[in-house]
Amino acid sequence: MRYAPPIALLLALATTAAWANPHERLLANGLRVIVREDHRAPTVAHMVWYRAGSMDETSGRTGVAHVLEHMMFKGTPTAGPGEFNRRVAAAGGRDNAFTSRDYTAYFQQVPKQKLPEMMQLEADRMRHLSLDEKEFAQEIKVVMEERRLRTDDQPQALLYEKLNAVAFQVHPYRVPIIGWMTDLQNMTVTDARAWYEDWYAPNNAYVVVVGDVDHQEVFRLAEQHYGALPARTLPVRKPQDEPSQAGTRRLTVKAPADLPVVMMAYKVPVIRNVEQDVDPYALEMLAAVLAGHDAARLTRHLVREQRLAVSAGASYDSTARGPGIFHLHGAPTVGRSRAELEAGLRAELVRVQEQGVSAEELARAKAQLIASQIYKLDSIFAQAMEIGQLEAAGIPHTMNRRIIDKLQEVSSEQVQAVARKYFSDEALTVAELDPQPLPQTPRPRSPFVPRH
Amino acid sequence: MTPCKFLLGFCLLLCAQLVQAGPKIERWQTAAGTRVLFVEDHSLPIVDIQVDFAAGAAREPAGKEGVAGLTRSLIDLGADGMDETQIASRLADLGARLSGGVDLDRTSVTLRTLSMADKRAPAFELLRAILNGPTFPAEAFERERARSLAALREALTRPDAIASKTFWAAMYPAHPYGRQATPESVAALLRADILAFHSANYGARSATVAIVGDLSRAEAEALAERLSSGLPAASADTGLPVPQLPVGGEQRIAHPAAQAHLLIGLPALKRGDPDFFPLAVGNYSLGGGGFVSRLVKEVRDKRGLAYSVHSYFLPLQQLGPFQIGLQTRKGQADEALRLTRSVLAAFLEQGPSEAELQAAKQNLIGSFPLRLDSNRKILENVAMIAFYDLPLDYLDRYPENIERVTVAEIQAAFARRLPVEHLVTVVVAGD
Repeated sequence: MRYAPPIALLLALATTAAWANPHERLLANGLRVIVREDHRAPTVAHMVWYRAGSMDETSGRTGVAHVLEHMMFKGTPTAGPGEFNRRVAAAGGRDNAFTSRDYTAYFQQVPKQKLPEMMQLEADRMRHLSLDEKEFAQEIKVVMEERRLRTDDQPQALLYEKLNAVAFQVHPYRVPIIGWMTDLQNMTVTDARAWYEDWYAPNNAYVVVVGDVDHQEVFRLAEQHYGALPARTLPVRKPQDEPSQAGTRRLTVKAPADLPVVMMAYKVPVIRNVEQDVDPYALEMLAAVLAGHDAARLTRHLVREQRLAVSAGASYDSTARGPGIFHLHGAPTVGRSRAELEAGLRAELVRVQEQGVSAEELARAKAQLIASQIYKLDSIFAQAMEIGQLEAAGIPHTMNRRIIDKLQEVSSEQVQAVARKYFSDEALTVAELDPQPLPQTPRPRSPFVPRH
Repeated sequence: MTPCKFLLGFCLLLCAQLVQAGPKIERWQTAAGTRVLFVEDHSLPIVDIQVDFAAGAAREPAGKEGVAGLTRSLIDLGADGMDETQIASRLADLGARLSGGVDLDRTSVTLRTLSMADKRAPAFELLRAILNGPTFPAEAFERERARSLAALREALTRPDAIASKTFWAAMYPAHPYGRQATPESVAALLRADILAFHSANYGARSATVAIVGDLSRAEAEALAERLSSGLPAASADTGLPVPQLPVGGEQRIAHPAAQAHLLIGLPALKRGDPDFFPLAVGNYSLGGGGFVSRLVKEVRDKRGLAYSVHSYFLPLQQLGPFQIGLQTRKGQADEALRLTRSVLAAFLEQGPSEAELQAAKQNLIGSFPLRLDSNRKILENVAMIAFYDLPLDYLDRYPENIERVTVAEIQAAFARRLPVEHLVTVVVAGD
């Protein structure tokens, strides 16, 4: 019979093998290179992360971080428009990019022997982007189509956008990543160029490489391709701290839909000091107890037992550059009102405030956490994302193991304490989707017309 | 890069792939008649299992549309004396994850668990209980029917869902692939319909099991026996009717959305058909190859008409569709439609250029390792091979099958599979 390793050994695998492995080097120009070797398959994930996201934008230019992300595929003097995608495709690779509030990141997944070429391409566009006016004029239309697709015609995305705009009045998290439509309509290539000049510098970026590589070889390649790019002085980042809320805020959004939706947003802290913080870890556990699995409290009580909701959930991310939000959300069952669902969601918070959470529930949340860390090892992309996102939030990737430890240490009392401390009406914003019937029942305007 | 180096590089790349090929797949059948495919891999302490049944939406009796999805959503809500809370809590305690879903051909139940004995054994036992003894509690049935009705009513307000449902109905007017769940059909479902669908379609002989990860062959065999031995004794898969090609034409549906949703297509390709390879290579150049396809270049890059535009073949047990889809600002839908049709017509007339052909092959062959670089991806591939009964060397031979495709074969396959007079077009919110 095969030897079955005990749990402690498995945890060591998930923690030591994976987390002691990342190797790191700082180039003279300020670019950090982080490498995790994973030799299971002959592939590699290469990512470049810039510490510039929508939270760094200014009024009238919202969406520019994301527009620049699109323009990064529109060519340099040595690799013209579309050439980046063409070369990645020819390398047998996949590539894309994503913009968040906190960062903008670019990635390629390629067979391992193609890593040098990917670095050469990324280094080229880190410094030499063309930003052609005609290309911009086409691409800004594409971005407006993206906004229509993902926000304007998605009632729940629209609700979330407007919720943030009300919950935050000072901090730039009030602004949608894709930008307001009016800003997109009035954006120019000059805006994109200013953004690029401000933020796209090696000292504002880090490279994450995970896969079948030798870390020393990756450092050598990084030096070769990125090493000559000059560091630049970065703009001053103003904190723009959100003042305390001092009272519940409410908003309603009307949109064509059938399901009403309630979203509640409570202001909560995020991790600022991995060792000293307690509350963000307790909030993560609270989210897991409320909504971490199919029999977690919100689904069990509101959907299954009370039949108050067709869906109910909670979400919280303890890592972010900006302020934290703990969301509760759901859609009421036919015949039940949004107010009833809101009361039901609040009642779940009160239960935790008054009675805490059971040891069994907490143990369950921790078991899921450990398993998810091991499952993450099955994907080099997920491993690279984890490193990149921690770093984006200002947390060294080497602290990942400590974060897991701290989550494991959370007690029932600490979960109850954060439920009491942060979930008050003073820090709450409530957004409701008020569904509007379509102007007419959708039916073919014309009968089926044969076409030859 | 000089042409010489280019060719050399390409050959090296290709040879490297041929040597690597796919994972080693073992295959057997359980006593109950269930086909099993297994890939042994001890590099991570994880086991992934996918059980597929020929219980897709196409198996729904007429008038019972929606029963396949509802049956799947109820399967883990009561089994072997456990209620839904106990099942979900035990899975969570083990760190195990149950997932899956329903498409036109298949119902899938997927389990991911840690592989140490004290985790995997109870997780396997839960999976066995769910597959062999689901109780479909009446109370859960009522509730899940109401939830599925709410989700359907919501979907029917969305332009993308309206377009998709209309499109499938138009492509398959007299075939199960074209039948759609409606609020009426879902509301009329009874618990007896669930029981009947389950016992008719979740049988051992139409089931396939794919297992990937940290088990020995003997352990995998024992697991597959346990999972399949108590499945319903349903009759074996009786197959689906052959779809007729639809009468080509266009449907327009008004909607207040900011963007029009366009779909163009027709029934085109079965799983296991040798035309798969010329169509896959050709479609890469037409609209499948991410950012480098003709559709993306013309519709998105040159004119800024859409954020997303794509084309693909979806091979199914019977002829699955070829589909082109895009979304564009209301008011320019006709312009986008004209342009898309002209791109398709030019491609059908000339096929890809030699350069496009080489680029397609380079990507499809070069990216082959990326399709298999995790247990999860291997599971998806192996489950597909098992369910559609494809050759065991399907993955091993994939690169050479791509490599040998010619422009003439692509042109011939597209001409055979895309008779344009049968193309169906749906435009929602186009005016």
